[in-house]
Amino acid sequence: MSVQVYFEDVQEGTELPVLRKDPTTQQLVMYAGASGDFYQIHYDQDFARANGLPTVIIHGALKNAFLGQLVTDWVGEHGTVKKLTVQYRGMDEPGTPVYCKGVVTKTSLEDGAGLVECDIWLEDHQGKKTTPGSAVVALPLRAG
Amino acid sequence: MRAAIGRDSEPKTYLVEAGAIRRFADAIGDPSLLYRDERAARKSSYGGIVAPPTFLRLFRPSPAIPEFPNPLSSVLDGGSRWEYFEPVRPGDRITVTIRLVDLYERAGSLGNMLFAVRENRFVNQSNALVAVDRDTEIYYDAATKEVEHDG
Repeated sequence: MSVQVYFEDVQEGTELPVLRKDPTTQQLVMYAGASGDFYQIHYDQDFARANGLPTVIIHGALKNAFLGQLVTDWVGEHGTVKKLTVQYRGMDEPGTPVYCKGVVTKTSLEDGAGLVECDIWLEDHQGKKTTPGSAVVALPLRAG
Repeated sequence: MRAAIGRDSEPKTYLVEAGAIRRFADAIGDPSLLYRDERAARKSSYGGIVAPPTFLRLFRPSPAIPEFPNPLSSVLDGGSRWEYFEPVRPGDRITVTIRLVDLYERAGSLGNMLFAVRENRFVNQSNALVAVDRDTEIYYDAATKEVEHDG
């Protein structure tokens, strides 16, 4: 597993390592099966169009999961996710890469826990932020 | 319609299966050993395999089942706000209760939209609250308005 990040290592402005994802229609079907979300706008193009969509779109909850991975990858096996918030402002289609990004907005020590707040978001391949959000995590302390 | 606000759904209980955690991690493309390798996961602060943060979506209908007479046939997910209190582990029995907490209308790119905000509360077999997911779903009528490409 990757190198552990500690509370003392981060400050306001610290960027989270970018997570690139390459969602395909196959992944949407896998996600439908694994999550139990079988709404047809995610795999049936005719159904998606009949519901006013340009084509099948990525499940919002899958983008939520990608942003969850952005955060869990970063906090490592000794950090924990406390809060995870996402808003689906724009739709994303399978077939082009998406990029999960984040930046630290606040750090605080509360009852001996190193709490870190971040802005997080998902961008499409044209750099448009379709899915903004935020996270609160607890990072381990070096001087534990 | 607003009479449905504030009422809890019938609680439902689900078993967390190790295979379901692994399949979920596979589906989201997350290779972390925390979700699939007990020996590696034992060295983490969790002390064993846990579920990814959004795994609990599996234990509620997606899309949600409207608690009110809903005239709008199409639905999009609007967003989620998760709070986590305890890890979810294989073998846990998770009870979920869903409550409609707000319902409001707004006009926008999808024409007339109805926003439903629900609180999904997840409690484990020790009666500990493990997570709360406050999510928003957006109902719209596809016949009245062509959805713009950029949503």
